[in-house]
Amino acid sequence: MHFYRAHVLCCAGTGCTSSKSLDIISNFEKYIKENQLENEVKVIKTGCFGLCAEGPIVVVYPEGTMYVRVSPADVKEIVEEHLVKGRAVQRLLAGHDKTAEVSQSLDNIEFFTRQKRIALRNCGVINPECIDEYIARDGYSALAKVLTQMTPQQVIDEVTASNLRGRGGAGFPTGRKWQFAANSKGDIKYVCCNADEGDPGAFMDRSILEGDPHSVIEAMTIAGYAIGANHGLIYIRAEYPIAVQRLKIAIQQANEYGLLGENILGTGFSFDLQIRLGAGAFVCGEETALMTSIEGKRGEPRVRPPFPAVKGLFGKPTVLNNVETYANIPVIILKGAEWFNTIGTERSKGTKVFAVGGNIVNTGLVEIAMGTTLREIVYDIGGGIPNGKKFKAAQTGGPSGGCIPAEHLDTPIEYDTLTKLGSMMGSGGLIVLDEDNCMVDIAKFFLEFTVDESCGKCPPCRIGTKRMLELLEKITSGDGEDGDIEKLEELAKSISKSALCGLGQTAPNPVLSTLRYFRHEYEAHVYDKKCPAGVCKAMLHYHIIADKCIGCGLCARKCPTSAISGDKKQPHVIDQSKCIKCGVCMESCKFAAIYRG
Amino acid sequence: MKSIQELEEIRNRMRDQMATREKSGGYRIVVGMATCGIAAGARPVMRALIEELQKRNRNDVPVTMTGCIGVCRLEPIVEVIAADGSKTTYVKMDENKARRVVAEHIINGNVCVDLTIGAAEKQAKSKE
Repeated sequence: MHFYRAHVLCCAGTGCTSSKSLDIISNFEKYIKENQLENEVKVIKTGCFGLCAEGPIVVVYPEGTMYVRVSPADVKEIVEEHLVKGRAVQRLLAGHDKTAEVSQSLDNIEFFTRQKRIALRNCGVINPECIDEYIARDGYSALAKVLTQMTPQQVIDEVTASNLRGRGGAGFPTGRKWQFAANSKGDIKYVCCNADEGDPGAFMDRSILEGDPHSVIEAMTIAGYAIGANHGLIYIRAEYPIAVQRLKIAIQQANEYGLLGENILGTGFSFDLQIRLGAGAFVCGEETALMTSIEGKRGEPRVRPPFPAVKGLFGKPTVLNNVETYANIPVIILKGAEWFNTIGTERSKGTKVFAVGGNIVNTGLVEIAMGTTLREIVYDIGGGIPNGKKFKAAQTGGPSGGCIPAEHLDTPIEYDTLTKLGSMMGSGGLIVLDEDNCMVDIAKFFLEFTVDESCGKCPPCRIGTKRMLELLEKITSGDGEDGDIEKLEELAKSISKSALCGLGQTAPNPVLSTLRYFRHEYEAHVYDKKCPAGVCKAMLHYHIIADKCIGCGLCARKCPTSAISGDKKQPHVIDQSKCIKCGVCMESCKFAAIYRG
Repeated sequence: MKSIQELEEIRNRMRDQMATREKSGGYRIVVGMATCGIAAGARPVMRALIEELQKRNRNDVPVTMTGCIGVCRLEPIVEVIAADGSKTTYVKMDENKARRVVAEHIINGNVCVDLTIGAAEKQAKSKE
């Protein structure tokens, strides 16, 4: 065994990989060798740290020094300065570009200190392609405990007592789901993992699989033992190539170690695990559609009941949980339900991972205890909104969710409060919107997504969402009429009631919630033909204020369509029929003589 | 893998290797590695520290580097920082002294008084 005085951890999640983190790793190896440090310093490829906005990220231990936005060209300097001479490279430290003090260690960065990491406990800490590192962090101990010290019923009781609820969106109690499947009679049962993460902007499941694939494998094996299943399937979208690759490596390693397969740890329990690739259809994230897709058929949902726990994959009792739900299981088994109940709120226990995006400084992944307020996520962890803009709303739950306006910033985040506010937890996408976002346009964006992704099986979703989208397009192009808003509401309510699956039933949510909080914006579009945020181009007009215009002619020269005319030193005018509303004139005017309205 | 014992063996072995990434509760060793320190021979000192710690299975003690402390004439300098933050500064180190510090200070908790900055300064003064 060799002891290294320093460990260089380099993020190899999808985000950082796309900004050349693999080149960074190979450069580290090269320069470490050049400086004859290969016996002192170890380079480790790891999973997502969560601070994707600042990627690629490199952390040097034992100091825990966090370097951000590292490029392959910076590596030589880090090796020569930090690893050879022991001086941190100041210009690359987290926070170096802000006025606040520069933090040397990631333990002191607010982005991390405010988080409570359970599901992401190993992401950015271990090498996901090394089963030994997972084992070092108590990996597979929960499985060993379950197989040797607990009966299947005790496992289910522990999970039930933990009050863990499904992290995929609906929030169904996991223990109860397992109990139903355990009670179902059947010669063959299945354990499935839903890794078909489909919400736009959500990527926590991908990051868990990329950063800590063994946690999901271990949890699925535990679930198998609990319900009496010997087969497991992970349904993952093929557009997550790194996650698929790491899962394959992890399954192979677990098989080699005898932690999967026949007679696990000599206890007589057997469990095999396979991967099924999905083609990335949103509807396949719905549980019945997912199983239909695994069976080799067209991915369409079916009516429930019967629920999967009774009649699931290939007609057999099946437990289907989301990636993040599984990632919580080993910790619950090891630390106990009682410990898990100390985190979170009355009705939502534990933590939730959010993929924070949109108009926010620290785009990335955060895991917070349930009950944390939206304000803490947006301002304390997320670093607030860039360019001094005002917070308008946060969109949670993706196309099934809704918007939470500024007046509810202090609401604690948990399943029930979000539902009460007309949004939902969803899988954990959180998109921050500022004053420059038009809420009608946002609703239209999500409706476009749903219309694209509707599987077409039931008419309310197939036809209804399309009609809703047409109405929104009409409103945003300035052709809205009296009664359109009411029509939208009526359609939304009937789709919610009549669609076949959860996705269809929740598809109108983005419209309903924006109508609830931002009805005045809809009304401004319909009645005043104005887009208050200045997004909907059809309703935008640029005007020159004659008093302020000195007739310099700069805007006229910049205008790509020659829509501006006027004599020298005389106020100019914009020809609205030629104007394409690009806004170049307003940007170029030095006298603030042009306004948008 | 046939048994839970084997799983535990892997866990213990790997835990030691990963200790560098955990927060340490005990001693911490800092080696001055600026140009002055390196020129005076800080690198072999550090290697000796690491080897000695490894030999004694004390991988929980992190060895880190720092820049110039300012007393370049006393380099190589090694500081041992205890859990309570108290600091012992060893000066004019070499490989043998480094091994002694690990054995006497880190393992047995006895400060090598004769190697400290205080002893070196006293000696220098008596020479004058």
